[in-house]
Amino acid sequence: MAAERIQTILATDCGSTTTKSILIEYSEEDGRYRLARRGEAPTTVEAPAEDVTMGVLNAVGEIEDLAGRSFLKEDGSGVNVRKNGSGDGTDLYISTSSAGGGLQMTVAGVVKSMTGESAQRAALGAGAIVMDIVASNDRRLPHEKVEDIRRLRPDMILLSGGIDGGTIDHVVELAEIVRAADPKPRFGVGFKLPVIFAGNKNAAGAVKEELGSTVELKIVDNLRPVLERENLGPARDLIHELFMEHVMAQAPGYAHLMEWTGHFVDGKWKNVPIMPTPGAVGKLIERVARMEGIHVMGVDIGGATTDVFSVFDSGGEPVFNRTVSANLGMSYSISNVLASAGMDNVMRWVPFHVDEADLRNRIRNKMIRPTTIPQELEELIIEQAIAREALRLALVQHKDLATGLKGIAQERSIGDAFDQTQTGATLVNMMDLDLLIGSGGVLSHAPRRSQTALMLIDSFLPEGVTMLAVDSIFMMPHLGVLSEVHPQAAVDVFNNDCLIKLGDCIAPSGSFKKAAHLATVSMVMPDGKTVEEKIIPGEMKHILLGSGEKAKAVITPIKGIDVGNGPGEIWEGELEGGVIGLIFDGRGRHPFNLPTEDSERVNKLQVWSQTLDSYPERFLTMGGGK
Amino acid sequence: MAFAYTPGLRVADVADIAKTRRLPLKGEVLVKEGDIVKAETIVARTELPGNVKMFNIANMLGVPPSDIPELLLKKEGEAIEANEPLAQSKGLFGKYFKSTVKSPIKGVFESFNEITGQAVLREPPIPVEIDGYVNGKIKEVLPGEGVVVETHCSFVQGIFGIGGEVRGELKMVCSTPKEEITADKITDDCKGKIIIGGSYISYAVLKKAITAGVNGIVVGGFDDQDLKDLLGFDLGVAITGHEKFGLTLILTEGFGKMTMAEGTFDLLSQRAGMIASVNGATQIRAGVMRPEIVVSLPADARSAQTSTKQAGAMDIGSSIRCIRSPYFGMIGKVSVLPPELQVVDSEAKVRVLEVEFKDGKKFIVPRANVELIEG
Repeated sequence: MAAERIQTILATDCGSTTTKSILIEYSEEDGRYRLARRGEAPTTVEAPAEDVTMGVLNAVGEIEDLAGRSFLKEDGSGVNVRKNGSGDGTDLYISTSSAGGGLQMTVAGVVKSMTGESAQRAALGAGAIVMDIVASNDRRLPHEKVEDIRRLRPDMILLSGGIDGGTIDHVVELAEIVRAADPKPRFGVGFKLPVIFAGNKNAAGAVKEELGSTVELKIVDNLRPVLERENLGPARDLIHELFMEHVMAQAPGYAHLMEWTGHFVDGKWKNVPIMPTPGAVGKLIERVARMEGIHVMGVDIGGATTDVFSVFDSGGEPVFNRTVSANLGMSYSISNVLASAGMDNVMRWVPFHVDEADLRNRIRNKMIRPTTIPQELEELIIEQAIAREALRLALVQHKDLATGLKGIAQERSIGDAFDQTQTGATLVNMMDLDLLIGSGGVLSHAPRRSQTALMLIDSFLPEGVTMLAVDSIFMMPHLGVLSEVHPQAAVDVFNNDCLIKLGDCIAPSGSFKKAAHLATVSMVMPDGKTVEEKIIPGEMKHILLGSGEKAKAVITPIKGIDVGNGPGEIWEGELEGGVIGLIFDGRGRHPFNLPTEDSERVNKLQVWSQTLDSYPERFLTMGGGK
Repeated sequence: MAFAYTPGLRVADVADIAKTRRLPLKGEVLVKEGDIVKAETIVARTELPGNVKMFNIANMLGVPPSDIPELLLKKEGEAIEANEPLAQSKGLFGKYFKSTVKSPIKGVFESFNEITGQAVLREPPIPVEIDGYVNGKIKEVLPGEGVVVETHCSFVQGIFGIGGEVRGELKMVCSTPKEEITADKITDDCKGKIIIGGSYISYAVLKKAITAGVNGIVVGGFDDQDLKDLLGFDLGVAITGHEKFGLTLILTEGFGKMTMAEGTFDLLSQRAGMIASVNGATQIRAGVMRPEIVVSLPADARSAQTSTKQAGAMDIGSSIRCIRSPYFGMIGKVSVLPPELQVVDSEAKVRVLEVEFKDGKKFIVPRANVELIEG
């Protein structure tokens, strides 16, 4: 069936915890594609099922229940993709996956902060979890590197190093280490481990000679051909290809699922490859940034990992970055959030008093039964507190990696004399951020959208004027892969059903001693009325402004405070509303101020939550009340 | 489609379980299909490649890497002794001030690289043996890799464990699933045994059990703070089984004080006095691995009762157990499976079921928060 005649699209995303299914249909009435139904079921890669397709069948079964139509083959052996657009079934079936632990890689480069980091960026951009960076200068002894490669059992190794025409010795030394480690893949005894060489082209021969037939060696263009430029595309493409061939095909049930995805084109079956979930989300974020010409950040918080995506400028060009925090998540990795952030950092977000030992046990019980969900309000609030820390830590890691290239020569003019920035500074500038999109169960499925807004603000601390948005039901992965097959359907659903704008957050940034207010906001509302509001230190304020509504605004900050145009400079423009409206955040940035005294902190959290109507009033009496 | 899939843990009175015993690397299988093996029988053996020592000969002799081959005293693949000369410089006039590089290890001179000047020396291989783990029959030989041992047994999965494979006689130290394991219950005759408790064990009592030489503990719950104290660090990601602290601990329910499931407690009570193979290894990630208790039975043993919790389709009338508050541990039957999402206390809109508990009361519970049990 040709793309333009596709009426019904079924898409699934096999996450580490849940398999999500969506049904997209072309609406003659609206003249565009719309989300029709959604379903979900636990992912089934683990024993006793050990077959990812069971979870897919169950998730699609939910859609069948809700739609009252059949999308599975009669004998339940797969998704029914129809040939001629009539009868039961769907016209197109696509899927993404992060189940099976995703793609776990070790990367290697000569200098850790240069080719090592470039290799890391290539792997992350392809949707991998980077378990280790081996570098000539990583201060480990050779035998320690060998031991680490063996112990971690990566699915794949990306070997880089040396600019074209540069060092050969060090690159061969890295190959020697890989050969000495003689790594074996996690799945399938007898398979050779895929190793990609994307380093100095002059070293390729020597690397081939060193590694010989011990591994499945593939050679692609150097990912850092010259110091000043990265060329990550070829390595990323090959990683994706090898992921499908060598890793996913070995995971439980994937061999079948890979045969199910696709559609008929002119009567002939055309397979659509399964895409790693983060790769699909990244594609969508990049597309949005490019289409709108804005700086975008996206975060996808899952059960095992948290991915952060960003598009910021570097040298006048938009640069896409993705990082994965492999052990920050809300189910499998929830205990690691606690271990990494510390109990105090988690507790500071809970707006009532809770016994530490009890909290520890609750978090641990979620880890051992990762598919359970909070039924009670108290448990929901605690999970949202943990989510704030997972998101905060993921952003810290993203800022560390989303940097300009390190070690390159910089041209400076006399005008730069007072602005001597180092190479490799982070590209992430929260003041420049235009749109922040949250995705993943805890954000997308929060019972009130204001909870999502608060979680995003508390963890990412956006500065100046930033639009907050949420992936309505967590379908960015589905749309990412759909955008490759049917861009129009992906755009229709993204704009109308997926992205829910919460509203602009206005957060003055900068230090101040004592001030009655940080900025004055003068707005002409859609009804023509002029409203003036002050952003008060330590307070949050909520102004109703609906989806699609805009207010012409002039924001006048006090001396030293920045709202987007520099310290003390007036900001003029349009503020846009959303399902929440406008949020004025006077809690400060650089530093962000959260009271350290316990009762004052609890009191403030309660007031802020009430301002945004985040929780039902009964939360005030939790933990023994105030 | 009026059913939903839900995962669960297995508690089987009588079952045939196949355990794959695989070598970390290819090696030699010592038994054949159909052989009867004991838990202690060595079924396969291999040798892990020795540790690698990278050794830059060129740097040590101060000679360009390309000149090294003619100075080498050992060929690739040749055995070497500790302190044995590997290479020697030509010296002055070929006679004086010769420098010698000696091997720091015993093993094999594996390779030399003329570009880097680096030699790879490998220590002698490390022998590895695997045993049968359970009493049973060799169901399948995986050539060069290991075997699959089938055992007729009682089989109980826990929810979380620490410590590796141990064996011992099962000994009940609590008389009800609600009772805690207290210090007075750890007596001298617990030595070498797997003790079964009720709802909870504290860190202090656990330490006493270690001192008393207990091989394993199976109990309902344990505090997370105690786990941290026991391990010496906060466990981030649940991948366990390699801890060495003196015994293996298996939790059947979770963290905190948690009454052991009646079915689990009753079954283990019936098996008291028998030898069990126990493994605390847990991996809570894709490809999940749960801790287990395996009690091999005579071949003619038949099920006296069925109490199997396992994954499968849930339908109206299915028996379930709640696995999250506020109804944690309570058992009931599914009375309604509404297809529509419903709002629960947290205001979340989720897939739910209505459960009727033993006292006849009915409650709405998220489907994600129950596990199936048979009965």
